Amino acid sequence: MNVLKGRSARAWAGFAGGAFALFAVAPFALSDFRLGLLAKYLCMAMVAVGICLAWGRGGLLTLGQGVFFGLGGYAMAMHLKITDAGPGNLPDFMQLYGTADELPWWWRPFENPVFAIAATVLLPMTVAALLGLFIFRRRVKGAYFAILSQALASAFAIWLVGQQATTGGTNGLTDIQGFFGYDLDDPVNQRMVYFVIAASLLALIALARQLIHSRYGELLVAVRDSEERVRFLGYDPANVKLVAYVVAAGMAGLAGALFVPAVGIISPALIGIVPSIEFVIGAAVGGRASLVGAVLGALAVAWAKTALSEEFPAGWTYFQGLLFIVALAFLPGGLASLTKLFRRRRAVAQKSPVIPVGEAA
Amino acid sequence: MSSGSPILRRRFLAGGAALAAVVVLSACGAKTDAAGTSSDKAAKIDISGDTVKVGLLNSLSGTMAISEVTVRNSLLLAIDEINASGGVLGKKIKPISEDGASDWPTFAEKAAKLIKEDEVAATFGCWTSASRKAVKPVFEKNRSLLFYPVQYEGLEQSPYIFYTGATTNQQIVPALDYLKSQGKKSLYLVGSDYVFPRTANKEITAYAKANGMTILGEDYAPLGSTEFSTIANKVKASKADAVFNTLNGDSNVAFFKEYKSAGLSAKTMPVVSVSIAEEEVKSIGSQYLAGQLTAWNYYQTTPGAANEKFVAAYKAKYGEDKPTSDPMEAAYTSVYLWAAMVEKAKSFDPEKVKAASDGITFDAPEGKVTVDGATQHISKTARIGKIGTDGLITEVWNSGKPVEPDPFLKGYSWAADLS
Repeated sequence: MNVLKGRSARAWAGFAGGAFALFAVAPFALSDFRLGLLAKYLCMAMVAVGICLAWGRGGLLTLGQGVFFGLGGYAMAMHLKITDAGPGNLPDFMQLYGTADELPWWWRPFENPVFAIAATVLLPMTVAALLGLFIFRRRVKGAYFAILSQALASAFAIWLVGQQATTGGTNGLTDIQGFFGYDLDDPVNQRMVYFVIAASLLALIALARQLIHSRYGELLVAVRDSEERVRFLGYDPANVKLVAYVVAAGMAGLAGALFVPAVGIISPALIGIVPSIEFVIGAAVGGRASLVGAVLGALAVAWAKTALSEEFPAGWTYFQGLLFIVALAFLPGGLASLTKLFRRRRAVAQKSPVIPVGEAA
Repeated sequence: MSSGSPILRRRFLAGGAALAAVVVLSACGAKTDAAGTSSDKAAKIDISGDTVKVGLLNSLSGTMAISEVTVRNSLLLAIDEINASGGVLGKKIKPISEDGASDWPTFAEKAAKLIKEDEVAATFGCWTSASRKAVKPVFEKNRSLLFYPVQYEGLEQSPYIFYTGATTNQQIVPALDYLKSQGKKSLYLVGSDYVFPRTANKEITAYAKANGMTILGEDYAPLGSTEFSTIANKVKASKADAVFNTLNGDSNVAFFKEYKSAGLSAKTMPVVSVSIAEEEVKSIGSQYLAGQLTAWNYYQTTPGAANEKFVAAYKAKYGEDKPTSDPMEAAYTSVYLWAAMVEKAKSFDPEKVKAASDGITFDAPEGKVTVDGATQHISKTARIGKIGTDGLITEVWNSGKPVEPDPFLKGYSWAADLS
């Protein structure tokens, strides 16, 4: 029991430390430009929280999170583009590439801000639920699930590119000016967007932690480790997996929606196979089974991408590749396994005869 | 194993709620409808010391790297030459390279970095229309200049972009005029699936309608696709007089191989390409391309002292086997044009540079070019070329004099419905 209390206190301290860093240190230590980049990284971390749940805890290799990120992003961007254009006008790219004189029917609902905001989370969750029902009921798993996710990401990106007149094609939706009445050009508003993103990330982490440490979380790990046994015990593994998949999709959708005001662009380049893999890499480098690991991993990978490409514009991709190989070859559990390694060392040094039960889990 | 004690959990949630409250209460900035916001402030330019920084924003990794690296090379060549002859306003130009990584949001991020962190005086680069569309708001919001060196689909005129590649009426329209003069009555359109081919084909269709030509088919392949047997067979079955090709990059290799194996050739059904320059001919293989047509404003073989000097300098810096191409030439020219604008304005301030831009001329490798201050495009001579077995392109027709830019095709009645 002491161990459990210790762990909870540590989590609380870590959470408070993270909040302090995000709200009290970063806004003062970073320039407007760097704070904007941090906002972008935090969106990546939000996707990683979902991946930690679905992949790290549930064993579902979600190689198609770009789809849900994109659904959330496009839902938000469509609303913002309509508002930017003003009443009665078409968004700029439709005037350029489109042939229609009025908004396509499937754009219309996004004129309503409440619908658009709800859609950023509910749309990805609905898609994930339908897809998940189909996949998990049929007991599709492992590599087949991963391939299916990838195919979906690829298909969605190709569809978006093909519908240039209504989706902006390869360009995506760019040049987003305002965010619910606030001018995104103003650094003060950019800062506000950053705070919204930071608070959302913390909220998602808290939510995921609650889920992981609940009865459901136990069941999810059980399904990951031995699905057949769970089934014999009378649970339906399909439902257990479905919940994790749907929650992860909702988190990716929210991340996509907040990415739009932070970066000002959403395009098929953020949705296809490569970005979907990049989301997973962040979680893998940090440690997919650990919430802190996945979040810090996603932040570190996104930051390294910027830092390396600024420092070595011509050869940074080699460094990035090397970093992944080193991280995954020597730390298969990700950076999070470093702390475990140290703890074990310390335990051995103290010549403790038995490792506490809670610690071994 | 259950979760932590209920008290701790409650505190955990209370913490979250407190944070949410902080967000709600945090100060808010300007509204969208408020006139005169912070965007009135132009970007700062670092002119301390004896250098002035400029940004080079090209894809050095990813699918576009093969093309964009050559553009960066010729930008660096122009900067070296200008520095060797004393720099701009007495200051040496210091290039800052950033990698757009063939990824449009990355282009936007790097553009912001160059403007805000490096405080560059101007930025040169971008290739695809998607990357230009992604950075356009960044340059406009920060009031900083971008020089864009690649031919494009027109219908754009940003106050903070100078377009030194061809717009539609300097490349595609002359190519269509040429086909018409050769008696071609029907066309088949093949392109990569992105903005430039789709918009270009809309313009080609409008031209054809007004000029008694028929479009027998229009097909798109995803960027980077190498599967062309179906398209080649459809093209063959259509019995079109000519093919208008807006494919980009690697897809051309597969397309021309299939084209040949379908039994089609430049004699039976010529292909006019608008994205194949000397560099691409080298990678596709001239045996597949010999006799086919291209439309550009510059070829390595373009006569003139300015081009001889450019080709010799490029080969001396980067190697004898390296060809020069239209986008490279437009990039090289763009640096000289910017330098001339700055000298005329006697300032690096983008607003003053813009004001000084009208009428600036430069004896470019492609011939004399003149900046049109109103559209911020330049006048360029249109040239149709034929690809030879040696991989070089020789001119078969040119417009005789530089064509004035008309990005919105206002001078063409058939284009009235396009924008």
